[in-house]
Amino acid sequence: MAKKTQKETDIIFYIHRFNPDVDSKPYTQKYTIRVEPGMTVLDGLHLIKETQDATLSYRFSCRMGVCGSCGMLLNGRPSLACNTQILDITMKNLTVAPLPNFNIVKDLVPELTPLFEKHISIHPYVIQNKTDEMLDPTGEFYQSPEELTKYLQFSYCIKCGLCMAACPTLATDSEYLGPQPMLQSYRYSIDTRDDGFDKRKKVVGNTHGVFRCHYAGECSNVCPKGVDPARAIQLMKRELVLDYLKIKKHRSTSFIMGKPEGVKRRPEIPKAPPFTVEQK
Amino acid sequence: MDEHKKYPNKLGIIGWLGGGRWGIERYLYTLHRITGLGILLYFCLHIFVTSSRLFGMNAWEKWMGFFKSPIFKMGEFLVFVGFAFHALNGIRLILIEFGFAVGKAEEPVYPYKSSLNTQRPLMVIVMVVAAVLIVAGGYQFLGFVH
Amino acid sequence: MKETRYWTWHMLAGIVILFLLGIHMITMHLDAILGWFNPAGGEAVDWGNVVARAKMAIYAVIYIALLAAALYHGFYGFRTILFELGLKHGAQSIINILFVVMGICLFVLGSWVAIKFHVIAQIA
Repeated sequence: MAKKTQKETDIIFYIHRFNPDVDSKPYTQKYTIRVEPGMTVLDGLHLIKETQDATLSYRFSCRMGVCGSCGMLLNGRPSLACNTQILDITMKNLTVAPLPNFNIVKDLVPELTPLFEKHISIHPYVIQNKTDEMLDPTGEFYQSPEELTKYLQFSYCIKCGLCMAACPTLATDSEYLGPQPMLQSYRYSIDTRDDGFDKRKKVVGNTHGVFRCHYAGECSNVCPKGVDPARAIQLMKRELVLDYLKIKKHRSTSFIMGKPEGVKRRPEIPKAPPFTVEQK
Repeated sequence: MDEHKKYPNKLGIIGWLGGGRWGIERYLYTLHRITGLGILLYFCLHIFVTSSRLFGMNAWEKWMGFFKSPIFKMGEFLVFVGFAFHALNGIRLILIEFGFAVGKAEEPVYPYKSSLNTQRPLMVIVMVVAAVLIVAGGYQFLGFVH
Repeated sequence: MKETRYWTWHMLAGIVILFLLGIHMITMHLDAILGWFNPAGGEAVDWGNVVARAKMAIYAVIYIALLAAALYHGFYGFRTILFELGLKHGAQSIINILFVVMGICLFVLGSWVAIKFHVIAQIA
């Protein structure tokens, strides 16, 4: 964004309103507020709620782009309201709508349940074959920095649902998994501690799975954390195809790094306090 | 919360078209579908029309004469444009979807660069080649119209 | 997992089409520039050229391979677009059956014409 000389401006907010108890479909309401440089859209919504209309509903929590609660459609583009400065995207009118491709609960609040249900369906956790080790650990699973880099980018996802709102396939196909869950399936499958690829490929390799992505690329454009779901989905496709053609290189799983031997405790480090619960 | 009714907010087919502050890849995605459907329609008709060769020279020449009118020439040129775009964009999509052109995972540093930036030079190259093909094809088609 | 198989072949068929349809398109549409492939002169679709090409067995082989690849690629692509409309599962299976039947019919028709005409052109 180019540096502009910004000063206080009157901005007209066109906010989509919907009250399930009263309205049959959403309508637009107009508010005008005085916007200072540096004000985010969320600040603007707060100002409207405080000074003009207390019935306005929107979801927010951390107001610093970490929790992923305040995803909204700002001038036709899914963005985090707390992460977007008003004067960066408009000098006159601002349309604020709830995220598309989700049901509207009220005003600007989308129902994110489908996102989380799909997220759960791809087993978003490390699946280990070494069950004995999992129940009774003897050491740590070793992972090199290179192995970490392969999935670290994809683990920064905050599950705000912006990618799901931007995806053209999800606009018509509600069974489609969507960028976020497929990103997670790659993030866990590529993790060297994980053995769950065979379990996940059944979910992401089905009719409404990873192959319904045609790289419109919008998910990566709107992602507020630079997580790049489009890249993960293409890499997941590659894994699935290599697996089908039986030319997938066998990836070694992490070995268990035992406790270091022959090391003395440094005297300045105090001993751990005694257990407060009885040991088996 | 379930006792409240909710408003379904699906974009529908309008969502395929994009519009607004979307990136260029989204429009290529829409164009790829439209050209694909057009080529499939042409291809099915093409199989029937070219089957007329079995009925000898006269039947064949009759059909080919029928398709020499400027309207059909324009239509054929549109199919060629669709083919050139679909083929070149298809090369890009194959490279991307087999994971060759999207780059490796990297630490996100603001301002974020995504796989879209990684594949953009490829996108520009294939679109330029498609444009050259279309111009070359247009030269041939114009030669027939006049 | 079936989808992985279908989609992989969709992509591989695309690569095959790229080469074969490239040959076809150059034959048909870039001839004013290149001047190959059309021994009888004139336009690529003139009867003399059609017969001359049909005499070469390689063209029959190319066209049948192209037919198979293009039908598979096209109908799978169309199926993808239809499935993304969020159809019911019953409609999806109807589409599957319909497209397989249509594809096989068109393939049989096209390859029969190509082989038969190759034989006719040999005699002529």
